[in-house]
Amino acid sequence: MPQTPMQSEPGAPVLRVENLSVEFPVHKGLVHAVKDVSFSIGRGETLCVVGESGSGKSVTARAILQLIAEPGRITNGRILLKDKDGAGETDIVALGNRGRAIREIRGRRIAMIFQEPMSSLSPVHTIGRQITETILLHEKVDKAEARRRAAALLDRVRIPNPEEALDRYSFEFSGGMRQRAMIAMALSCNPEILIADEPTTALDVTTQAEILALIRELQRDRGMAVLFITHDMGVVAQIADRVMVMFKGEKVEEADVFSLFEKPQQAYTRALLGSILKLERPAPRPPRPEAEKPIARISDLELHFPLNPGFMGRPTAYLKAINGVSLTINEGESVGVVGESGSGKTTLGRTLLRVYTPTSGKVDYWRGEGGVVDLASLSRREMKALYGEVRMIFQDPHASLNPRMTIYQIISEPLRTNTDMTERQMQGRVRDLLTRVGLPADISDRYPHAFSGGQRQRISIARAIAVRPRLIIADEPTSALDVSLRHQVLDLMRDLQAEYGLSYLFISHDIAVIRYFCDRVAVMKRGQIVEMGDVVQVCENPVHEYTRTLISAVPRPDPRLRLQMAG
Amino acid sequence: MSEPTVQAAADAALLDQQVDASRLQGASQWGLIWHKFRRHKLAVFSLVVVGFIYFVALFAEFLAPTDPGRFDPRYTYAPPQSIGLFVDGSFQPHVKGYSIELDQASFRRVFVVDPDVTIPIGLFVRGQSYRMWGLFETDLHFIGPLDPSQPFFLMGADRLGRDMLSRTIHGTRISMSIGLVGVGLSLVIGMILGGISGYYGGFADRAIQRVIEFIRSIPTIPLWLGLAAAMPREWPPLQVYFAILVILSLIGWTEIARVVRGRFLSLRGDDFVIAARLDGVSEYRLIMKHMMPSLYSHIIAAITLAIPNMILAETALSFLGLGLQPPIVSWGVLLQDTQNLRAITQAPWLFIPGICVVVAVLALNFLGDGVRDAADPYAK
Repeated sequence: MPQTPMQSEPGAPVLRVENLSVEFPVHKGLVHAVKDVSFSIGRGETLCVVGESGSGKSVTARAILQLIAEPGRITNGRILLKDKDGAGETDIVALGNRGRAIREIRGRRIAMIFQEPMSSLSPVHTIGRQITETILLHEKVDKAEARRRAAALLDRVRIPNPEEALDRYSFEFSGGMRQRAMIAMALSCNPEILIADEPTTALDVTTQAEILALIRELQRDRGMAVLFITHDMGVVAQIADRVMVMFKGEKVEEADVFSLFEKPQQAYTRALLGSILKLERPAPRPPRPEAEKPIARISDLELHFPLNPGFMGRPTAYLKAINGVSLTINEGESVGVVGESGSGKTTLGRTLLRVYTPTSGKVDYWRGEGGVVDLASLSRREMKALYGEVRMIFQDPHASLNPRMTIYQIISEPLRTNTDMTERQMQGRVRDLLTRVGLPADISDRYPHAFSGGQRQRISIARAIAVRPRLIIADEPTSALDVSLRHQVLDLMRDLQAEYGLSYLFISHDIAVIRYFCDRVAVMKRGQIVEMGDVVQVCENPVHEYTRTLISAVPRPDPRLRLQMAG
Repeated sequence: MSEPTVQAAADAALLDQQVDASRLQGASQWGLIWHKFRRHKLAVFSLVVVGFIYFVALFAEFLAPTDPGRFDPRYTYAPPQSIGLFVDGSFQPHVKGYSIELDQASFRRVFVVDPDVTIPIGLFVRGQSYRMWGLFETDLHFIGPLDPSQPFFLMGADRLGRDMLSRTIHGTRISMSIGLVGVGLSLVIGMILGGISGYYGGFADRAIQRVIEFIRSIPTIPLWLGLAAAMPREWPPLQVYFAILVILSLIGWTEIARVVRGRFLSLRGDDFVIAARLDGVSEYRLIMKHMMPSLYSHIIAAITLAIPNMILAETALSFLGLGLQPPIVSWGVLLQDTQNLRAITQAPWLFIPGICVVVAVLALNFLGDGVRDAADPYAK
């Protein structure tokens, strides 16, 4: 052992999983979602299960509570839960997925919290009712006592005014509050094991940091064993004692968190960590020229959405999605826009391309063939002439490619409308583009569903650079991708930047991606830019309070850093 | 020195998860829809049933033993005959003849099967001549007695001694085609108005939606009755047929318009539509090439679910005597004969067209359900 575990020595295992296999019969075949996985968790220990989409990590967690969705089933293995008196063990697999015995375990001895706090709380019952119901179901107490306990729990997960919160509905809560309420519910019966299935993935990073701190603290107080499912290595580094890495249903590696980050044993783990650590420092960039030449200058841009169109169509209130933004993008430069959900960053990108028409303000754009135009006031037809050079890459590669068109049809669409190429020329161009973005050239007659997320995003990029791109608005191009694919896509975008002299407006919620990719960064909050500057300077010496919170909340993929945080 | 680089490259290759090479990889949209549809067993069965019904409708003259109008007063309310295969141990398909007795209690003529009279029957026999699809003259029938003058009533006879089987088969053609053509007409109106409503939104949307709500708020049966009653009595049957079609479509389009509007509304905000717009695609091309293909399958589902409504509406109108008029035969017209007690007590076989309506409507509904579920093969 190169490192000694930082937390107290974990106790004897409370849960042992032996040779677990889960299969899903699909049309004419079987999908082996989990293959022969064994692990154990001790009292007071946090085991992180980490893996990319499709690795079987969630299925493993659900198997422990016998919550696998039909038609999946456990085909092999044992899940042994230590009995309360410590004498024997109960095999959860043998209990079946219905009946009294398994219900005694679910919620009472092993509790679970899910990724999406909105859909796991009922919107038609108050928070208090849902928590007291769980308590009444499992313990012999009266209603008043259950309510008292529920209030205490809400207080424990730091929901302000717990008595009042009991009588509110889940939709009145923010995402973070809902997740706190979920945790309170999970804790209501003092479980020995808490299974957390990506509990922070749907949350903003500042909220994520609070929830992680809460889980860590509760665990320390109660000595719970926590099985934490995540795809985020940063989160792993923050909270894990031990880590189990999964890939395609199999356990790749299991190790103490420090050893894993220090010395990964398996090639897959190495590659996974490598791709994450690569994003930890800025990519090498050529120095900016002395005299910057702007390509787009946004001045005092505003976009207001009417909130309640009145009876005669006269709104009385506005949502100020963009509230006076000024920003300059220079030629060959990547400008990042970072912010949490609802900050207006996506709307900003779309407004530049006139998906929305701005309420006021100017967007000066220096055209390729010379001349300056104001994107904010161009007519639809004049705008059309610019669609060949101002391009967009979307966040979700599944939604942004028409599933009913072939790859050739998708990529050739901008060529068809912006150039007068013949069909044969377009075919040649599409082949070149596919090769350029790192895909085989002979896939052009396939449909998007045949490709993985990363490959689809490459197709999106090929579409964006098809004509004569100058400015690309990239709206979270990597957030829907597995972490190992992110830097590959980013590197491709950087290569293309050097090749075509592209400028990027790079929108993301992920400060690591921005730091890796951009020259300058603008931090957005509630439709306004609160801080702007060189990316390294903003990341290392943030001036604005909000930027500081944002940056310190990002979990860094280095377990040694949490000592400093605790201290 | 190059070893770490090789290692890193191999590691990176591990991460680039290749997609499984399965049969569905190159499949087009329709291939995927068919693949998903096939898993819906009831819908596949219904597809066969619906296919059979339309086959019957298409070849009605050939399949029917006689002309639907041929009557024989000797055989009023003759009960159904059953087919026997052997006569005295040798193979000879046949039906038994009738003999007439007088019921002493009610003084009514009743038919009893006469076991002594065998009427030989066969497949592809010569009978009454007809013009197939109005193209050529022939007298070939799928099934019938070898001697055309012999009684042959597999599904019994009605009050004029007309063959119910022949009439039901001919009724199939009218009833099923009124569903199909009526929906075709509603589809044109529904697509145009629903498309405008969903794509442009704003005032056009509000106006069209209010019209739809107004139309749907009118009780349908009285409306049909009113419109049907307004038709001049002296119109020829064919003109009445088309008038009924128009009346049914005037209401039927609203449902399709709503489906189309809903799809357009949701598609309008989809990333791939915005992406196409940012490619500089023209409005017409955006609608026809990018949005429409996502609609086809939904429209097919809407059509399949709308046809049974048409059939039911026609049946109801004709049953009440306000829809199609004899000599046109539809299932509804045939069911007019069941409006009296005698049909129930003595000639229950007159209800067979009713069974046909139930089977056709159920099959179309199940088929529509299956198509709707398969319509979006990309949904999870």
